[in-house]
Amino acid sequence: MKKFTVLLIALLALASFTGIGVAQDGDTVNILFWQAASSLNPYLSGGTKELEAASLVIEPLVRYDPDGVMVPWLVNEVPTVANGGVSEDLTTITWNLRDDIVWSDGSAFTAHDVVFTGEYCMHPEGGCSTLSQFDGVESLEAVDDHTVKITFTGPKPFPYGPFVGYFTPILQKAQFANCMGVASQECTEQNFAPIGTGPFMVEDFRPNDVVTYVRNPNYRVEGQPSFDRAVFKGGGDAESAARAVLETGEADYAWNLQISPAVLSAMEGAGQGTVVVAFATNVERLMVNHTNPDPALGENRSVWMADGSNGHPFLQVDAIWMAMSKAIDRNVIAEQLYGAGGIATCNILPGPPIYASTNNDDCLVQDIDAANAMLDEAGVMDSDGDGIREYMGTPLHVSYQTSTNAVRQSTQALIKQWWSEIGIETELRNIDAAVFFGGDVASPDTYAKFYTDIEMYTNGSNGTDPETYMGNWRTTEITSPATGWLGSNVSRWYNEDYDALLDQMSQTGVLEERASLAIQMNDLLVQTGAMIPLVYRGSVSAHHNSVNGIAMNAWDAELWNVAEWTRS
Amino acid sequence: MGKYTIRRLLTAIPTILVISFIIFAVVDLSPSDPTGNLPLTIPPEVRQKIREALGADDPFAVKYVKWLQQFFISEPLNFLETTLGITFPGSEDRVRVISWATRGPVIDIIAERLPQTLWVVGSSYFLGVLIAVPVGVYSAYRQYSIFDQVGTFAMMVGFSVPTFFTGLMFIVIFSVNLKWFPSVYDTTLVVTDIESLQQQLRQMFMPVTVLTLYTTAQMSRYTRASTLDNLQQDYIRTARSKGLTERTVVTRHAVRNSLIPVVTLIALQIPGIFAGALITEQIFRVNGIGQYLIIAIQGGDLPTVQTVTFIFAVLVVIFNIVADVLYGILDPRVTYS
Repeated sequence: MKKFTVLLIALLALASFTGIGVAQDGDTVNILFWQAASSLNPYLSGGTKELEAASLVIEPLVRYDPDGVMVPWLVNEVPTVANGGVSEDLTTITWNLRDDIVWSDGSAFTAHDVVFTGEYCMHPEGGCSTLSQFDGVESLEAVDDHTVKITFTGPKPFPYGPFVGYFTPILQKAQFANCMGVASQECTEQNFAPIGTGPFMVEDFRPNDVVTYVRNPNYRVEGQPSFDRAVFKGGGDAESAARAVLETGEADYAWNLQISPAVLSAMEGAGQGTVVVAFATNVERLMVNHTNPDPALGENRSVWMADGSNGHPFLQVDAIWMAMSKAIDRNVIAEQLYGAGGIATCNILPGPPIYASTNNDDCLVQDIDAANAMLDEAGVMDSDGDGIREYMGTPLHVSYQTSTNAVRQSTQALIKQWWSEIGIETELRNIDAAVFFGGDVASPDTYAKFYTDIEMYTNGSNGTDPETYMGNWRTTEITSPATGWLGSNVSRWYNEDYDALLDQMSQTGVLEERASLAIQMNDLLVQTGAMIPLVYRGSVSAHHNSVNGIAMNAWDAELWNVAEWTRS
Repeated sequence: MGKYTIRRLLTAIPTILVISFIIFAVVDLSPSDPTGNLPLTIPPEVRQKIREALGADDPFAVKYVKWLQQFFISEPLNFLETTLGITFPGSEDRVRVISWATRGPVIDIIAERLPQTLWVVGSSYFLGVLIAVPVGVYSAYRQYSIFDQVGTFAMMVGFSVPTFFTGLMFIVIFSVNLKWFPSVYDTTLVVTDIESLQQQLRQMFMPVTVLTLYTTAQMSRYTRASTLDNLQQDYIRTARSKGLTERTVVTRHAVRNSLIPVVTLIALQIPGIFAGALITEQIFRVNGIGQYLIIAIQGGDLPTVQTVTFIFAVLVVIFNIVADVLYGILDPRVTYS
């Protein structure tokens, strides 16, 4: 036994003297995602981590660059009405595929693969998570080996849903042919190692742990990727991921570093790596409940009535929600809690730039006095002297829920303090994310049921075009028990003019007109109190200084141009 | 003894079935959702379809019977097929326990993760026992000596400082400042030669030390207490008065008897090795069974949570029987007939 111990100590001593030799091999790029990928088939998982992990292997026809501009990837050009790729009546789009693309197994990449991918996702029993990208698609057709024609059920002013961006990469028909519908769940071999056209091929996949890739010898660009191998390691937490890149240099790239800005900048100060940020459309916002969440209402709690009879007792009063918005110092929240990854905003649609409204910017300045004056003027006074104002006899007692997350709880605490200064009492709740964002109809704590007055979370548009996102506040999208609480209008906000603007947008193909409509809708939403925007949130990642060519992207996969990464 | 063991094993079967039902009910009743962690840009209707495809909205009884069938019939058959290389009829249509998150067989993932869990948690447990027993015995033998005082203090620290703190401290000292050991555990590393063995030992050093500290603390307190009890016994005085050497008195008489409760404790804690060490695995990215269970719980992955906790429950039941049987063997006063 003694001998064994001595041997062990000797081995450890030996090991410790040779230094760390894990990363920085020169030919392997080490990517750290603190949430591990659970599958490499993005159609079956839908999480960002799986989309990113798969983006090294399978690719869409067109990618977005960091500015949100479409870049032809597997096609010759992006079809538009001008170049004849999109029909005049906006009902079809025709893609011309490049003819020099091959799959990593050497077989040719054809229109049949593209059509197959669409049919795979649209299969009614497949449970495809990116199905909404195919909204309005009537049929897909391989005109010839390199031409795909997509027909929509009606005019589609923005026909770039299917096969554009990292949500809908192309799968190989030969590999997935037997995985349609119900069978997709059991195609473990295919789902864990899809064959792709991308710079890397899957060598080994350990679900929820690590993916190892090797260079795709058939990649279309000579000399790319410059790395022979890539490792996509998961697990741990954001802070240690940041440390592994910025302090120990064990990894080359770390994703989603939403940690205390002070800690992150201190780590960056070590000089080993760089923090990179990119903004898309995500906004952390307060949703304002336009229905009455009083538990005494029983089945009618938080249920919207078309006649407006079940409205919120005080949150639909302009002076009250406006004062609540005015009392918040968005800059403090953005700077102290989000750091580089957050900008104070008054819009629900803050990007891309042409869609961003400038009409609401006065909310950026906190003004407690003005907020108090607003309430006084509206007659919302504290008549019984308990420090809480009353509206028509109802004390302004607000329940405010969000998911469990350090930054969100800090935001809650700040806002509670500010609201107390204008005579509004706040009760805070936080709920585990899987429950809060979950769809369990039996749970009273889901964001969709919205059994509180205020709730906070982040949402954004699924790409550069805001039409689908703005459609979230359509009257027909109001969540209610009748639809099993499905729907995306969780504020239960209702405005006929808004629905008319949406209809108008669905008929408009000209970009500038669409932008002007989007701005009108954004203004309508924030000026009538559907919600209170707080922070425009970016994605924060970090890379080691020895890796060049990283172009942080919030519109597509962060790893979109991994083929161009090099080591200096 | 044999009869007793068989009786215990037979009564364990209904126990295990009841446990499986309770676990399933608890997990199923908890308000988590396999689509809950997906980005909000995925509309609710699509989420509903995903849940339908997974069978997450099936009635409780259907889900439970499905799982029973998959776990107790499909999985053993599949195991036999892969190990013996034969094919049973209907092997094409047989559905194994499939995880909702990965859409891969749960058992395969457990098998894939078992090595790193056993390496890290197992070796820390082994080392812990190796250190704890002599320390505990000597502390008891020289009660209130400097060694005992220092040992007690060190063990108190090891016991009360949480592993997430020691783990972080180790990373800051050994990875960030000294750069001796990696803070990211490479699960794909295969030990083939001296160099890879070195690498394996180096990456194991921090998690194993953190865990060993904790196990040692717990075990050595037990050993010390039990040895102290025995040293006061009449038979020790008898042994001494027979003129036996101190060494024989302590090692042959006191320690042997003191280890009876310790051995039981060790046996009872062995299932814990398989469950992994949730926090330590997370900190060092060991990604073993503990981390798998946590991800599955967070992601509302019912088949995985059910299978992992159930296997754990079976191990607990089995090792309880082992501990009882061992007790009978070690302590002649205990009879089961």
